[in-house]
Amino acid sequence: MNPALKNTLLFLIVALMIIYTGFSQSWNTALVVVNMGLISAIMALGVNLQWGFAGLFNVGIMGFVALGGLAAVLMGVPPTPGAWSAGGWNILGAFVFAIAAIAAIVVIRGKMVPGWPRAFVVFALICAGFFGYRALFDPGVVAIEAINPALTGNLGGLGIDRGLWVVLAWPVGGLFAAAAAWVIGKTALGLRSDYLAIATLGIAEIIIAVLKNEDWLARGVKNVVGLPRPTPYEIDLQNDPAFVDRAAGYGLDAVTASTLYVKLLYAGLFTVVLVILLVLAQRALNSPWGRMMRAIRDNEVAAEAMGKDVTARHLQIFVLGSAICGIAGAMMTTLDGQLTPGTYQPLRFTFLVWVMVIVGGSGNNFGAVLGGFLIWFLWVQVEPMGLWVMQMVTSGMADGSALKAHLIESAAHMRLFTMGLVLLLVLRFSPRGLIPEK
Amino acid sequence: MDFLNAIIALLNFVVVPAVAYGSQLALGALGVTLIYGILRFSNFAHGDTMAFGAMVTVLFTWLFQSWGISLGPLPTALLALPFGILGCMGLLLATDRVVYRFYREQKAKPVILVIVSLGVTFIMNGIVRFIIGPDDQRFADGERFIVSARTFKEMTGLREGLAIKTTQGITVITAVVVVALLFWFLNRTRTGKSMRAYSDNEDLALLSGINPERVVMITWLIVAALATIAGVLYGLDKSFKPFTYFQLLLPIFASAIVGGLGNPIGAIAGGFVIAFSEVTVTYAWKKVLTYLVPERFEPDTLVQLLSTDYKLAVSFLILLIVLLFKPTGLFKGKSV
Repeated sequence: MNPALKNTLLFLIVALMIIYTGFSQSWNTALVVVNMGLISAIMALGVNLQWGFAGLFNVGIMGFVALGGLAAVLMGVPPTPGAWSAGGWNILGAFVFAIAAIAAIVVIRGKMVPGWPRAFVVFALICAGFFGYRALFDPGVVAIEAINPALTGNLGGLGIDRGLWVVLAWPVGGLFAAAAAWVIGKTALGLRSDYLAIATLGIAEIIIAVLKNEDWLARGVKNVVGLPRPTPYEIDLQNDPAFVDRAAGYGLDAVTASTLYVKLLYAGLFTVVLVILLVLAQRALNSPWGRMMRAIRDNEVAAEAMGKDVTARHLQIFVLGSAICGIAGAMMTTLDGQLTPGTYQPLRFTFLVWVMVIVGGSGNNFGAVLGGFLIWFLWVQVEPMGLWVMQMVTSGMADGSALKAHLIESAAHMRLFTMGLVLLLVLRFSPRGLIPEK
Repeated sequence: MDFLNAIIALLNFVVVPAVAYGSQLALGALGVTLIYGILRFSNFAHGDTMAFGAMVTVLFTWLFQSWGISLGPLPTALLALPFGILGCMGLLLATDRVVYRFYREQKAKPVILVIVSLGVTFIMNGIVRFIIGPDDQRFADGERFIVSARTFKEMTGLREGLAIKTTQGITVITAVVVVALLFWFLNRTRTGKSMRAYSDNEDLALLSGINPERVVMITWLIVAALATIAGVLYGLDKSFKPFTYFQLLLPIFASAIVGGLGNPIGAIAGGFVIAFSEVTVTYAWKKVLTYLVPERFEPDTLVQLLSTDYKLAVSFLILLIVLLFKPTGLFKGKSV
């Protein structure tokens, strides 16, 4: 069978599985799977850029996704009245001061001769800088968090909430993630490959910790709800007689029709983003730049001997890949309508995307997209399947036995096990994935 | 000005907890560094290996408790520890046989092994959650304190109390014993020497007739013991919750890298560096300072450099600084 036919068939099979969900469960469920599948496919594209093109191991996807979500919040929520005058300038001043202090320390360190005096001066300056920063920062935070803490207590954002303009938050999410990736890449790239893994693991946890605890930024675990969305609200559609009439024309009641309509609009928007990114990624893959990247991946020493700046290229592609994850994160937060830092877990946002890339086929953009849809579908369906298996296994046991209750209760944890197993099996027996690199 | 009370407060809130935590990190980092030295990859599954060993120990502890066996003032978990180690050894040897050996024979790149270890992490995590559930489990029993704050105050008549928990005492003593045994093994026995030779230069070790599979097997056995002990001590000191062990990965890796990956002495030093920085940076210094400065200058804030929620950030910052300025670590580790 020729590869093109096989790949089309693979995509068709996944599409059929989702359509089957539509018939057997509900079309709403199927569309939820499609929408998250589209977002997952974009994340997988980003990771494929890093791993498939360049062989960089990033385990901090969760952090970049969450930063994208933060962008959606900051672009969407209206500014809190009085927050800027109360403490916003303080916080901004603290950040400017911190950057200036770091720059000053770097300059002074460069001017002095190495040795104990220099170490002492640098250490003293760091301490002084830190306390200066806190002296500016703390009063600002206290003032902002005191403003109507039950409802706001945060700085607020730009308040872009008009129709399609909301979509502007998505590229901004990419920029946020890119900035964080640049800092990490600058420190950890060029060292041994596992150092990048550990550094990204750390930054992801820290970004989540910041989002959970800095209430002035995005209300922390209190969540900002009701983010603006690019689509109309269901309730408005249900109150619109023209829409209700049209829905009745298709034989649907207004509630179902409105939820389906909104989800379809999202699916359309996400598809546009996915197609743009996919085209760009395909062009990059087949360009001289893409060939250089693969050359670096396959043999760093040889590429370096040919005059390629390996570390700079790695930094470039690491930032690009993370930016794509940030875009996906912003899209997801817009879809959910809220940012809930408590739900960001490395398993769901880092590990699952890795499984998508490896199962789909690392190094192949279409593979990543296929993996995104397939694994997301499995992820949603494994839990009911696990429960079903457990009920089969325990059907012979007496009702009310402790073991039976325990087994059924722990069926939910089978997801971790299943995904780990899928990853190991694919790595071992089919390391090139479903749609291998050409 | 009251130096004595200040020192006691410092000991009670900073030094004692940091020493205990540092010992736990050091044991964890020793496991990571041994795997790195012998098998040459960063084992992301180490946190969950600790969780698995600790889980087996917890289950045996409950069994012994139900039989009415106890160690008097010491926690029953110490009695269950050998069984936990055996269980963990079984798991690691099985994992090596089923998973890692294939890639070793293929001479796969280290980064592939890291991804594989990530897969193993989630399988182990799934097993642990499947067996014992994701919730907090308490299994510490016996005497709670060696010295409680109240008895210390009564004994000395000071305003500040010094409390040393039994688990903290046990942690430090166990860690010292384990580290002594490990170094004796690595430096004095034939097998230990062959392990170090293999770690230093694989080809040369093969030429001198060292059996690599045996070295690898013994490494896994030692790592299983270290991980279980570290996991149980951490669980006794805080509490056993599967997810926290995954989060321990960052401080453990930070310890191993700060000390120099592949270097056992470095792992221990790194563990204490990370533990002390974490505790000192997130401790509210107000109490100590009020004893030290004249009344007029008493701080009106908590004098806490970072909130405790940012513990992870401390390990991470130290990690970044070390990566920037001294990528081989404080003690010369490997830099492949």
